[in-house]
Amino acid sequence: MIAALLSAFPAQAPDWVSPTIDWHALAPELILVVGINVVLLIDLMLEDSKKWAIATLTGFICLAAFIPVVTLAVIGDDTRSMFDGRYVVDNYALILKALFLLTAYVVILMSQNELEEGGYYQGEFYVLLLCSVLGMVMMASARDLVSIFVALELLSIPAYMMAAWRKRDVKSNEAGIKYYLLGVFASAVLLYGMSLLYGATGSTLLTEIGATLNDDTLTALEVVAVVFVLCGFAFKISAVPFHSWAPDTYEGAPTPVTAFFSVASKAAGFVAIMTLVFIAFPGVTDVYEPLLWVLSALTMTVGNVLALRQTNIVRMLAYSSVSQGGFILMPLAFAGQPSSSASAMNAVIVYLLVYAVMNLGAFSIVIAVSRKTRSGEISSFGGLFSYAPGLACAMTIFFASLAGIPPLAGWFAKFNAFKAVLDSGTTAAYVLAGIAAVNTVIAAAYYMRVLRVVWMDPVPDGDMTPIKPPPSIVAAIVLTAIGTIVLGVLPNLVARFGNLQDLTGALSP
Amino acid sequence: MQTLTDQNWLLSVGVFLPLLGVLVMLFIPRGEEALVKTVGIVTAGVTLAVGIYTLFAFNYGESQNLQFFVDAEWIPVIKAGYTVGLDGISLPLYFLSMAVTFLVMIYSWDNMPEAGNPKAFFILMLVLQTGMAGTFVAQDLILFFVFFELVLLPMYFMIGVWGGEQRQYASLKFFLYTMFGSAFMLVAFLALFFQTGAESFGFQHLIEAGAGIDKDVQVWIFAGMFLGFAVKVPMFPFHTWLPDAHTQAPTQGSVILAAILLKLGTYGFVRIALPMLPEGAVEWAPVIAILAVIGIIYGALGCLAQTDMKRLIAFSSVAHMGFVMLGISTLTTFGINAALFGMVAHGLITGMLFFVAGSIKHRYHTLEIKRLSGMLIQMPRMGWILGFAAMASLGLPGLAGFWGEFPAILSAYSPGFGLSEPLYRTLMVIAAVGTVLAAGYLLWLYQRTAFGEPSEEFAGMSDAEHNAAGGGHGHVAHSLSSAANDHPDAHADAHDEIHDVGLTEWIAWSPFLIAIVVFGVYPQLMFKIFDPAVTQMIDRMTVTLGK
Repeated sequence: MIAALLSAFPAQAPDWVSPTIDWHALAPELILVVGINVVLLIDLMLEDSKKWAIATLTGFICLAAFIPVVTLAVIGDDTRSMFDGRYVVDNYALILKALFLLTAYVVILMSQNELEEGGYYQGEFYVLLLCSVLGMVMMASARDLVSIFVALELLSIPAYMMAAWRKRDVKSNEAGIKYYLLGVFASAVLLYGMSLLYGATGSTLLTEIGATLNDDTLTALEVVAVVFVLCGFAFKISAVPFHSWAPDTYEGAPTPVTAFFSVASKAAGFVAIMTLVFIAFPGVTDVYEPLLWVLSALTMTVGNVLALRQTNIVRMLAYSSVSQGGFILMPLAFAGQPSSSASAMNAVIVYLLVYAVMNLGAFSIVIAVSRKTRSGEISSFGGLFSYAPGLACAMTIFFASLAGIPPLAGWFAKFNAFKAVLDSGTTAAYVLAGIAAVNTVIAAAYYMRVLRVVWMDPVPDGDMTPIKPPPSIVAAIVLTAIGTIVLGVLPNLVARFGNLQDLTGALSP
Repeated sequence: MQTLTDQNWLLSVGVFLPLLGVLVMLFIPRGEEALVKTVGIVTAGVTLAVGIYTLFAFNYGESQNLQFFVDAEWIPVIKAGYTVGLDGISLPLYFLSMAVTFLVMIYSWDNMPEAGNPKAFFILMLVLQTGMAGTFVAQDLILFFVFFELVLLPMYFMIGVWGGEQRQYASLKFFLYTMFGSAFMLVAFLALFFQTGAESFGFQHLIEAGAGIDKDVQVWIFAGMFLGFAVKVPMFPFHTWLPDAHTQAPTQGSVILAAILLKLGTYGFVRIALPMLPEGAVEWAPVIAILAVIGIIYGALGCLAQTDMKRLIAFSSVAHMGFVMLGISTLTTFGINAALFGMVAHGLITGMLFFVAGSIKHRYHTLEIKRLSGMLIQMPRMGWILGFAAMASLGLPGLAGFWGEFPAILSAYSPGFGLSEPLYRTLMVIAAVGTVLAAGYLLWLYQRTAFGEPSEEFAGMSDAEHNAAGGGHGHVAHSLSSAANDHPDAHADAHDEIHDVGLTEWIAWSPFLIAIVVFGVYPQLMFKIFDPAVTQMIDRMTVTLGK
């Protein structure tokens, strides 16, 4: 049997042509791959006292991988399609790769002291982080069911381990296990959906799937396939009702990892959904639009209402991140309308970029403050303004931005999402916009409650010693704070990204 | 609509100059209180100087046209521009915001609220100033929205950090109410944008294109805007944040709230909702008028039930803004002119009342009306100023308040655009009853606090009584010298002496008092600035509705 199979190979050999590889286009991925190995090797040889250098090195690897992204964008003449269109580097992919790499850089800035002082394994952590980033960077370019799945697993599996990194802490173990079990379950659902999709359309290439699927000739099998695939990714973006892992995982995982999950890993899920919606599913608006509408409305509302009740800041940020996910999802529910599909893509990408900046900032502050207070309770932030006015002001910037108050970046993200929804002009759009408007107010309530504690409450334990955050965290806070203000005042800096024509193969609905 | 672009840098300088002061103040250590205050006041003073220059540079012959007009690119992706301009409707409010901020900051020189930290306090006031001035000059919906929201956070922190006992509740309530309104307002703005062909957020374009929208759609979009602006005004069912916010806010916060922030809502109606959605406005006008009159009566009755002086003044704001909204809802040149005048007059008068209330609280440590009495004996000047402001507030002819209220009521006699005359005339009568109630609660307040003998609790604590007992020598000289040196020890033994109006209070208050008289005696000074702009607006509405 095996022999028969083996003997069949030479017969096919003449058909097989070695793919031409565009090394420039693959450079970010290749730099990351080399970097992963370098970090692994150096970690083996480094004494424990010098492990701090690993963080710096990892940071430089992310920045090095960012260079070809920039050069590709500057050259930016044409899209570089490889492997029969299964892996595409276009402007859409580039801006998202930039997002993932820079997010990873800020997360590394945030992790350095946390890992050092907690006495955790450092080298391995950064290797896993880089692996996960590699998966995300690939996700931005993946245009085939198989490469999307590989990218998803590559970014998820290291994440399961990173969630459990505080291995002596029960909560962290819980975080890892929960994330792992539900993540694997979601992968199974996704894979099942993909197999059905392949069975129904006969192809794994997104553009070919998109050409086959059509509202008019829809079969039950295709509907199930589309729903399963989208639900598989709904886990990744912690959309309600698939969000139950998020709060426990966010609370238990080390805080920088939580920041990484809530920004990068979530963004990767959105990227996958977006790629699918615009390339593979533009013909089946009847299926995905109602599904995403409901998911979005549920996600923002349930996330917000639960966030109102939280007393732990990380859990609150977890639920807030769930609810922000609903806002990001909102424009996609109208991606199929001719009038709003372009603004929907723009809205999602702008939201992802802005959300990354402000949410990383918020988590950096939490890390900086909890180094002193040793607590995650919101009440432990009491009186922060009186002994650490700088941190309190930065925190105000991030939380007000998350609440969507101009002139901080969050307002533009929210505004753009509203705009994309209303662009379609349907009644469903106005209803969803109304729900979102009410949610904006609910969200403001809990963000403002935190700020109220920071500015107005007394210091809970009377300890007024000023906080001196380590330089790397200061760098993270300053970078994100400046970003939040500048993008709020000059939103055009991000608004020009994410045009529909940037996504090669996006079919007009 | 013509635009004049001479000296087009002027508005941007006027709006953003305070932020420059903020930048400087960020680098001053928190301990250097005097320096911080000086930098803050100087910044506000220079801003005011720019404002005064604007007053002179403004071409009053063409006050219906936008002047110092700038239309620059800002967010081309969403077709929002940095468009600013000033016409007769905006100019008085724009200038008022600058003057009030400056005077409030002078007042803060030695009247800091208890929480201290002048650095943060002054920075917040300057940011607030940028937001307020920006709202009045913005000629683009998105720019307007950004400035409109910019005032939220500073005011939230001012109430929440420097406010009274219930400050946390009050500040959050203020924030959430406004946020709720503005979320729907934003949706309405976007709907307007798309309904007009998604070409521009500029006011000029929307005024021209907005009239073409179907009536039903206009009514819905108007509803969204109504929510946003009515919360800010505040109009009757949305007013409940106001008494809390006003009562709990520090004096400075109350004054700015009353003088400027409430006007953002009414200004929004006049500048955005009416001209852009004329048909929606006609449909909504009776609703606005009814709610406005309910607000007048409800506010007045609320005043009569109050035991706290500041809360009483806050409720009187609900009533006064009711008159303003009644004027707007008539959709006549007369009514809107009256409303605009009423906005400025209410800003000056109620701002003044809050100043006095703050100073009384500073001296007596209470604002409970039944514990205060005999103020005219203990602090004759303060007592007279309170009386003056109360008279102005109840609409005494000859003072500014009259020209806001009386024409607003009168304008309801014949509303424009075929609005129901019986309805408006009924409302007119009810509103007139409201003025009687206003006279009632204000005079009652004045009687109880200023007349009579000082209450036992505070008797014999004031300078005036000491002087009377000591032979009444050198009254003026004493109060002047005490003004100069009383405050350093005021905190130490505040209950010992109740001083009359101090030096910084005189400096901060006299412009208010003078303006109340000047505009009361010669209202034409302001009407002639408003009128061409209002007339042009109503004319354009007549043309579009006549089609």
